[in-house]
Amino acid sequence: MRRALWSERFGLTGRGWVVLVPYLWLLLFFVVPFVIVLKISFADLALAIPPYTPLLQWDDHNQLAIKLNFNNYAFLFTNELYFKALLNSLKVAFISSIICLLIGYPMAYGIARAKPATRNVLLLLVILPFWTSLLLRVYAWIGLLKANGVINNVLMSLGLVHEPLAMLYTPFAMYVGIVYSYLPFLILPLYANLEKMDWQLLEAAEDLGCRPWQAFYKITLPLSRNGILAGSMLVFIPAVGEFVIPALLGGPNALMIGRILWDEFFSNRAWPVASAVAILLLLLLVPFMMWYQSIQARESAGAR
Amino acid sequence: MVTPAGAATDTVAAVPANSAGPVKPAPWKDPHAKPYVEIERVTKSFGEFKAVDDVSLKIYKGEIFCLLGASGCGKTTLLRMLGGFETPTSGRILIDGEDMTGVPPYERPVNMMFQSYALFPHMTVEQNVAFGLKQDGVAKGEIKERVATMLDLVKLGEFGKRKPHQLSGGQRQRVALARSLVKRPKLLLLDEPLGALDKKLREHTQFELISIQDKLGVTFVVVTHDQEEAMTLASRIGVMNHGEIVQAGTPAEIYEFPSSKFVADFVGSVNIFEGKLIEDEPEYVRIGSEELGGTIYVSHGISAAPEATVWAAVRPEKVFMSTAPPAEGPDNVVRGAVQDIAYLGDLSIYLVKLPTGKVVRVTQPNTSRHAEAITWEQQVYLSWDSTSPVVVTR
Repeated sequence: MRRALWSERFGLTGRGWVVLVPYLWLLLFFVVPFVIVLKISFADLALAIPPYTPLLQWDDHNQLAIKLNFNNYAFLFTNELYFKALLNSLKVAFISSIICLLIGYPMAYGIARAKPATRNVLLLLVILPFWTSLLLRVYAWIGLLKANGVINNVLMSLGLVHEPLAMLYTPFAMYVGIVYSYLPFLILPLYANLEKMDWQLLEAAEDLGCRPWQAFYKITLPLSRNGILAGSMLVFIPAVGEFVIPALLGGPNALMIGRILWDEFFSNRAWPVASAVAILLLLLLVPFMMWYQSIQARESAGAR
Repeated sequence: MVTPAGAATDTVAAVPANSAGPVKPAPWKDPHAKPYVEIERVTKSFGEFKAVDDVSLKIYKGEIFCLLGASGCGKTTLLRMLGGFETPTSGRILIDGEDMTGVPPYERPVNMMFQSYALFPHMTVEQNVAFGLKQDGVAKGEIKERVATMLDLVKLGEFGKRKPHQLSGGQRQRVALARSLVKRPKLLLLDEPLGALDKKLREHTQFELISIQDKLGVTFVVVTHDQEEAMTLASRIGVMNHGEIVQAGTPAEIYEFPSSKFVADFVGSVNIFEGKLIEDEPEYVRIGSEELGGTIYVSHGISAAPEATVWAAVRPEKVFMSTAPPAEGPDNVVRGAVQDIAYLGDLSIYLVKLPTGKVVRVTQPNTSRHAEAITWEQQVYLSWDSTSPVVVTR
């Protein structure tokens, strides 16, 4: 008889190990950093390296003291800047999701209804941009949008405009960047949803008196609800905290929470405040993530 | 003296009147009857491939017309053209005298019951059934009443609030039926209506479908690949092959008087013997068949070129099997050895191998519980009435 391995005594079989690895990964690279950030958010600013006071400290009487500093959070709630930035981030993320949906739905629908052979090519085209770094792609947009960039040059040579349009460093450029970068995240889950759709339902609806657009509105749209929500969440959640695109394309006036966080951390070296911003942002997004999870669960359960 | 063969001749002459059908003369026999659905020389091509090839059909009010054929024979394409989901490449379709060319599905007085049922998964049973009425702007009170009546008719009165995924296959089928009937279409198209049901339920539903059709008087066009289903449901069957209607007629006509080898073989099982006409008289023909290793005597004349190759088709249940040589002969009698037996309870199927190598299928009802059993390898005589073979020339 084989002797049980020491690990099996703790209930760790081969299957357990397979599951353990990703959990360890998450523990090491998500939970531990999160705890550190949480800890810093309760610290006070200090002229030290790292620039904050420790949470646990031995005092003179050999007592271990925990010092929780709530001032960072209080500061966030009293200073209007953060509230405005947060609100603006939510607005930008929301509008970006809507624009992505308006562009992405017809694309996902088109792909789902294409012939299987064409479908793969179209999907590849959607995924293709991922093969280049996000940063490079955003920089490419600078080249397209700037005063003497490609778009302005074409417009001027066609005689459509007489002086370059100011596009770069405007909200317009920021939206272009965000929508462009996050569009595939909306198209893919929506496509996965539409691809499962029974198109005969549309014939049935037409048979019962629906014009094609009515059939779309009454059948396709409600049945793709989960795909719409999942895709929109995948745009909305990361877009709220987006830093790179507003910084590169949106110019100095783009007041986004991710930007504030960066400034607090690197420019002001106010690590505790920056951490508090990060924690608040996370707390704000948790409900959206949970919603997304429940949509995903429903979707894979097949119930509509 | 009247020989058994002679007696049978009289029966043959009387057969067409004998076929199953309504009491009043069938409309398709009446040259003055106005057809309800007219399919005029309809062809549908997909590229080079002709899915439906020059089909003309007249379907009468109140009929259950079955389009029967193997998959890919064009029956579903024809049905979809009636529904408006496909446009004929050439020819036209008239429903109740109106040309349907260019009329989209949502404007046709036609409803369809889809093979997959195509119930809307996000709606309850009631909402599904009410969908078409709502679309037509029928008043709310009337919708409620008509939906309730229809659900009662299909015995789903208590299931109105359920979603399709909470129903069994049979219940879904009835929701689909209710949904397609509630608009009172002039024509109901059914695509393999019983295909997804198990055998017991299918038999039960067949009769239910007929009784509902009888109650509402709607004209049905049914597509099926199941010949048993077609036989039970249909007032008439159109057998399709390679996009063409090869024969249209009542179930009995199709079964007893197939016009070709294909129909004989497709509808029910049959023994087909290839042969040549030896004697061709107005009252009878005699066919010599090498395949059979004997001659076939048929007690009615046929129209075929002399010396032409013909096929005689004999249904397995019309072949008698005996251990002693039958009194008649030598026509219509052969000897063979039992090769295989399948006991089905109500009847048994015997496969008898002739000396020529041809295997003949014989079915015999198990009328007695203690019959002297014929066993494997036993030598038997096979024979049939001179009225039994159907002679076809193609």
